[in-house]
Amino acid sequence: MSRQLGDHHRRFLQTMMTIGITSEKEAKTLYQHCCETHKTQCAPDRLEEFIEAINSRLQPMFMQIRKGMSEEDGQQHYALVNTAETDITRMTSDYADNELELFRKIMDLIVSSENGKASSTDILNSADMMTSKKLKKGETQQLLLRLVQDKWLCESQGEYNLSTRCIIEMEPYIRAMYQDQVKVCHICHNMAFQCQICENPSCGIKIHNPCVARYFKGRMEPHCPACDDFWPHEIPEVRELHSLSKR
Amino acid sequence: PSSSQVQRGLEKLTPAQVDQKTAEVVQYILVKDQKKIPVRRAELVKNIVKDYRTVYPEIIKRAKRIFEQVFGLKLVEIDPKNHMYILVNNLDTPAAAASPVKCPSNPKTGLLFVILSVIFMKGGIVRENQIWNTLKKLRVDPGQRHEEFGDVRKVVTEEFVRQRYLEYTRIPHTEPIEYEFRWGHRADMEVSKAQILEFMGQLHEQDPRSWSQQYREAHTGSSSSQNASSSQTSSHASTSRK
Ligand SMILES: [Mg+2]
Ligand SMILES: [Mg+2]
Ligand SMILES: [Zn+2]
Ligand SMILES: [Zn+2]
Repeated sequence: MSRQLGDHHRRFLQTMMTIGITSEKEAKTLYQHCCETHKTQCAPDRLEEFIEAINSRLQPMFMQIRKGMSEEDGQQHYALVNTAETDITRMTSDYADNELELFRKIMDLIVSSENGKASSTDILNSADMMTSKKLKKGETQQLLLRLVQDKWLCESQGEYNLSTRCIIEMEPYIRAMYQDQVKVCHICHNMAFQCQICENPSCGIKIHNPCVARYFKGRMEPHCPACDDFWPHEIPEVRELHSLSKR
Repeated sequence: PSSSQVQRGLEKLTPAQVDQKTAEVVQYILVKDQKKIPVRRAELVKNIVKDYRTVYPEIIKRAKRIFEQVFGLKLVEIDPKNHMYILVNNLDTPAAAASPVKCPSNPKTGLLFVILSVIFMKGGIVRENQIWNTLKKLRVDPGQRHEEFGDVRKVVTEEFVRQRYLEYTRIPHTEPIEYEFRWGHRADMEVSKAQILEFMGQLHEQDPRSWSQQYREAHTGSSSSQNASSSQTSSHASTSRK
């Protein structure tokens, strides 16, 4: 159902267009700011409704503000996404065909990895095996820089993982493309790239790092929720809400 | 096409078809405008509108309405001869607190504002040397690669010009060839003269009213005062101290 929007909605949307993705906490602050700026009533717990109104008007343009969890800090984020295509072709206006081919290869590496990351070395090797116009080492490095700048990938110590924005936006594509290959978190049921895996070979469930932190919080001896085997991995601390969470 | 042609054209299409085409036009313009590239009507028709060209006026009308109602943006034809469009912020920007969200502030905005300021203070046209000299005083040398801006000359004479923030035109009968700068159409639309004075005041820590002539021009309207900067340049308030 299409809703009438006010300037407070529009300002929120304009900001989302500029930043692309924001944490839930920032979204709440932004929502309040937009309401105050345009002298509108603002109930702090009605952010979802507020965003739904915007989404009802964005839908005909194949755009949506979608929610998803960051695998880094476990916080919910909102991302402005394009829903027109289930393919990564929504990036075609910004990247050349051979760059997109390499991006697909990077995604292959990430999906098939245990730790949800692709190393620079593996990426450079993939560049060597391209079918479209090969990217040289310097070009690959430039491309990686742009992919990080454009918030598709994150880099840490020479390894690349999918950004929260990428995961939220490309979920339909990834699920369609990789199907059973994609790991799924046993706790929250979303796609999981950076996660812990049960070492029981006949179990093998996956749990996001932040979901591990929450699920096993306070337990002396962690056991796999599916097969009850001892959970051998280090249990991370539950992350407190930061004022500006990482993306 | 005449309005009766448009009407007849619309009768041949389903509402869903027209809505779909309008949505495509909106998306296309948003993508282009995000990169600050003006959209040419001819390219819009060729790439997106295509067979729906008889109903083009209706599609543009609907697109404008969507930009206003959903995004708070105004689709403006900045070049009536070449039919070029840009998007401008349509929201009232009161002098309220700055957005709590840290929009990625573009350092180039500060650079642009310095140049726009110089042009404005000198009455609207400035020989390029005056711009380069001003920048050099701010330790931005067009001849050298700048840590923040890279190739300064390229940013100023190509990027800002392509984005329609500046106009860079040849001065006739100059040997060697010299160029002059003016405000571009996008600057006319997005940047108010009052903002420039505010910026200058901050830069020189003076009251804007001390530049009385320019202050009057800024506050008696003309093309300047309508809309404040678009959301993408709205971070200038925080980047202006350079
Ligand atoms: Mg794109
Ligand atoms: Mg002009
Ligand atoms: Zn999970
Ligand atoms: Zn297990």
